[in-house]
Amino acid sequence: MTMIKALTRLLVAGVAATYLQVAAPASAEEVAVKIGNFTFGPQELKVKAGTTVTWTNEDDIPHTVVSPNGFRSKVMDTDGKFSFTFTTPGTYKYFCSLHPHMTGTVIVETQTGSATVGGQ
Amino acid sequence: MTERDDGMNRRKVLECMTWAGTGVLWTIAGGVPTSLGIIDEAVAAPTKGFTFLQISDSHMGFDKPANPNVKGTLEEAIARVKSLPAKPSFMVHTGDISHLSKPMEFDDADQIISHAGLKVHYVPGEHDLIDEDQGKLYRDRYGRGTKGAGWYSFDDSGVHFIGLVNVVNLKAGGLGNLGNEQLEWLEDDLKSRSSSQPIVVFAHIPLWTVYPEWGWGTEDGARALGYLKRFGSVTVLNGHIHQVMQKVEGNVTFHTARSTAFPQPAPGAAPSPGPMKVPDDKLRGMLGIATVTFKQNEQRLAIIDTPIQN
Repeated sequence: MTMIKALTRLLVAGVAATYLQVAAPASAEEVAVKIGNFTFGPQELKVKAGTTVTWTNEDDIPHTVVSPNGFRSKVMDTDGKFSFTFTTPGTYKYFCSLHPHMTGTVIVETQTGSATVGGQ
Repeated sequence: MTERDDGMNRRKVLECMTWAGTGVLWTIAGGVPTSLGIIDEAVAAPTKGFTFLQISDSHMGFDKPANPNVKGTLEEAIARVKSLPAKPSFMVHTGDISHLSKPMEFDDADQIISHAGLKVHYVPGEHDLIDEDQGKLYRDRYGRGTKGAGWYSFDDSGVHFIGLVNVVNLKAGGLGNLGNEQLEWLEDDLKSRSSSQPIVVFAHIPLWTVYPEWGWGTEDGARALGYLKRFGSVTVLNGHIHQVMQKVEGNVTFHTARSTAFPQPAPGAAPSPGPMKVPDDKLRGMLGIATVTFKQNEQRLAIIDTPIQN
């Protein structure tokens, strides 16, 4: 279920990027992660290197996203956003430093590797 | 502020000896009566003990539907404090003073809370440490004379009070966290004390595991409780979960206080622990303060939760 949701979002994001930025290189892809009900959706993301991921907080409580080996957002109040462009392939586990039971993962693949949705 | 770390002065030693000398085995009677009648009776009863107050989770700056007027409800809570027939000795605030650690939010809290005319001992909640410098604003304002991220202890009327910080350096997938440095300090702080001295520990996130699925517990809380095991009377006061919960385990009473800002759902009763919107006429019955009374003659410690409106 989560996987299907994730794939759908990735597809939508991928298609949108293609249409909106015809002349842009593939590295300009953008993917959205929603923060709602103290969870990240999708909880696990697979993207190509160069992709920008944007988190949006839809809760009535502030959250953060922190990855020890990658990024640390400022606090996001309701409707707050944070974007990070993943240039280096690897697995980025992240969590909310205020509510550490909230965890997520971004898997960044090489540009020449499998396609955005990975066929998995 | 300076009396926080003064160790055992002569008066304190004498007080402790008094506790030890009477050989009192402290029994704890904890309940959650909510009618004003019972509270008036409890506080008005002649007592040689003393009363202090706990308030929690003021969340100044929160403006969402669950309570668009958190300043108003904090003012009502403080009015409740002022109307108590016996003046409490002091107040502890168990964190989340602010919603977003903004100077204006701390200003509002200080301004409203000062009307109680009581000394306030604070510990931070996770919402109080999210300024750019990760807690500098809190420490500058409330952390004078404290150790590390803001922990400390002090004595009052023979009781030893310990304020702990369990909202920093949280680990992915984990719960609240005290950390090794603070735990070593705690062990040392307790080492020379008589086990007949009553202990009150206060911290933001519950030290006991209330509901790990929502992060309601403290990863290394058991180690802290291990150091407290030999004491005859231990009371642990927390906030964070915006509802009253109580558990007694051996000599330890665990208690969480209501918020003055908004209620949160009972564990697992909603998809998430987010602010709970209740009908307007129900809100003030779900917000409140707690009074804790030590009665030496009656050999008991009583915790009474008072909603800001019945």
